[in-house]
Amino acid sequence: MAKKKFVVASFDDEDVLFPAVKKARTAGYKIQDVYTPFAVHGLDHALGMRETSIHTAGFIYGITGTTTALSCISWIFTKDWPLDIGGKPHFALPAWIPIIFELTVLFAAVGMVLTFCYLCQLAPFVKKHHFHLRATDDLFVMVIECNDHTNIDDLVAFMKNTGAVEVDVQVAEEGWWLGRYDKDEVLFEHKTVAA
Amino acid sequence: MHLKYESQLREPLVYGHKTFHQVTEDIVRPIEAKPSKLWYIGFYIAVCLLMFGVYSVYRDVTYGIGQWNLNKTIGWGWDITNFVWWVGIGHAGTLISAILLLFRQGWRTGVNRAAEAMTIFAVMCAGQFPIFHMGRVWMAFFCLPYPNSRGPLWVNFNSPLLWDVFAISTYFTVSLLFWYSGLLPDFATVRDRAFTKLRKRLYGIASFGWTGSTKHWQRHESLSLVLAGLSTPLVLSVHTIVSFDFATSVVPGWHTTIFPPYFVAGAVFSGFAMVQSLMIIIRKVFGMEDYITMGHIEAMNKVIVLTGSIVGIAYLTELFMGWYSQNKYEGYTFWYSRAYLFSPYGWSYWGMMACNVLSPQIFWFKKMRRNLVVTFFMSVIVNIGMWFERFVIIVTSLYRDYLPSSWSVYYSPTIWEIGFYLGTFGLFFTCFFLFAKYFPVIAIAEIKYVLKTTGESYKEKMGHLEHVPAEVFAHSGHGHTTVENESVI
Repeated sequence: MAKKKFVVASFDDEDVLFPAVKKARTAGYKIQDVYTPFAVHGLDHALGMRETSIHTAGFIYGITGTTTALSCISWIFTKDWPLDIGGKPHFALPAWIPIIFELTVLFAAVGMVLTFCYLCQLAPFVKKHHFHLRATDDLFVMVIECNDHTNIDDLVAFMKNTGAVEVDVQVAEEGWWLGRYDKDEVLFEHKTVAA
Repeated sequence: MHLKYESQLREPLVYGHKTFHQVTEDIVRPIEAKPSKLWYIGFYIAVCLLMFGVYSVYRDVTYGIGQWNLNKTIGWGWDITNFVWWVGIGHAGTLISAILLLFRQGWRTGVNRAAEAMTIFAVMCAGQFPIFHMGRVWMAFFCLPYPNSRGPLWVNFNSPLLWDVFAISTYFTVSLLFWYSGLLPDFATVRDRAFTKLRKRLYGIASFGWTGSTKHWQRHESLSLVLAGLSTPLVLSVHTIVSFDFATSVVPGWHTTIFPPYFVAGAVFSGFAMVQSLMIIIRKVFGMEDYITMGHIEAMNKVIVLTGSIVGIAYLTELFMGWYSQNKYEGYTFWYSRAYLFSPYGWSYWGMMACNVLSPQIFWFKKMRRNLVVTFFMSVIVNIGMWFERFVIIVTSLYRDYLPSSWSVYYSPTIWEIGFYLGTFGLFFTCFFLFAKYFPVIAIAEIKYVLKTTGESYKEKMGHLEHVPAEVFAHSGHGHTTVENESVI
């Protein structure tokens, strides 16, 4: 993937981050992403993202599980090998409810987690560029994508004005690739960072 | 909508004036430091128990389950007792992580990670018993429905024992997924502060390349919520199905409709007791007193006294029905085999009553709920009591049922039965020690999320609002408000 230039602004407080996001978007800058150490509620809306529909996928997986269980069991017990169990009906729906329920839950959960990993492109051995190592610790990192017309000095000054504690310019590759985290990443210095 | 203000009457969930970075430091420290001597000793003991268990299982597989003292009458003994006991313990993790999430109980964040780990390890232990009880364990896969060369002869979908296969395996899978998806951001935290290449590499693999992107967090939140919603009926279904193993039979003492709620309450009861034991150790050993506070301990003790009392009501209801039904077999089982102290297994019934019903009542007193020594002691007592409960249900119903000529009172476990049980303790604690050493034992990201609304420094800042008149308070933007930053630009 082609390398691009990014302006990386780090904030140490989400109450400063929100107005900064608003200002950056109003000014017309393209926010590539905001990396946060925990789920900041409302940030997705502030960035203009649409709601995720992963729960809809979960529902579809769930009913797939229901129909799989129901159709398999009923085919097996009424057509393929009808067992005489104490002379009871072959189509014994109440007795199948537990398994139908369990398969519904199983399909929904496994399907959703796989979908989540696929959508977010997360998997073992996947490596991504990290704009700031403290984005998983205590900084909220706003990354703005630059194009040929971006005045980088202006942008850096703009971000400093919005209250960023650190602003730097990085050339980086978006997306993911197969790689190891110990290969090319600067190792975090093992010392207490003044918070 | 956010509740921006929370009364100071509620104690903070996180003590100490923590910043985000300090939270990371505090929770990741045990992972980065060399383990203490106590850890090594504990781990060594756990591995020894595990080895003994492996040898016991080896004998069981080689010589058959004649190694155990089960007989034709008492066909289920320690093995199924231990199975139900471990599965029950496994329930607290999902209850804490799923049901308390749906009920918006903020205090779950301090304990959910370790409780979920406990769930997974407990279910792993539980699964061993029915599998090795089969005897010919190499044919265990026969209980999976797949098109086979034996007809295809299918499994019996109408049997509670098969429901168990589905319930336990689904429960294990879903718990594992829920737990691991929550771990991804925390593994990324550990990865990004790793100071050796090996750590960086291993935690890099474990974190799946998590970056903390806003879109990922949005999906992650949605995923957690739906998984919690799925796990809630799941956790209730699992012990319900375990209780069906008994309740759908016609054995006196088992054939009761009260079993599902009674088993679920018992499972939560024993599970919380186990969480309590582990949490008290973890907060002490790792110095997590700021995160697992007395408030957490007290909240869990409240659940223990509630569920313990539900279980107590169930015992009394059973006794009442034993008399009220005027069924002589039921009456004999409940009033002689169980409740009569000098019957062959009467001691186990009264042991159960003392541990499960009487002793937890001390948790009606606040002083006792907030006393660590009492809490730890009680958590062990409750687990002993819950083991007795399963033993009572299984053995006292089986040893004398309808046909006096097949009665048997001669059941006591062999060393290999006990060894198998000890072995699962070994498995459980080996896993738990490794978890405590290599995994963040508290959900870092979730603690950071609640820090701003329930941390100590935030609470103190809100102190002056306690004295503001209600009308002023209502219009000052501290109550339920739609926060400005949530509006779409």
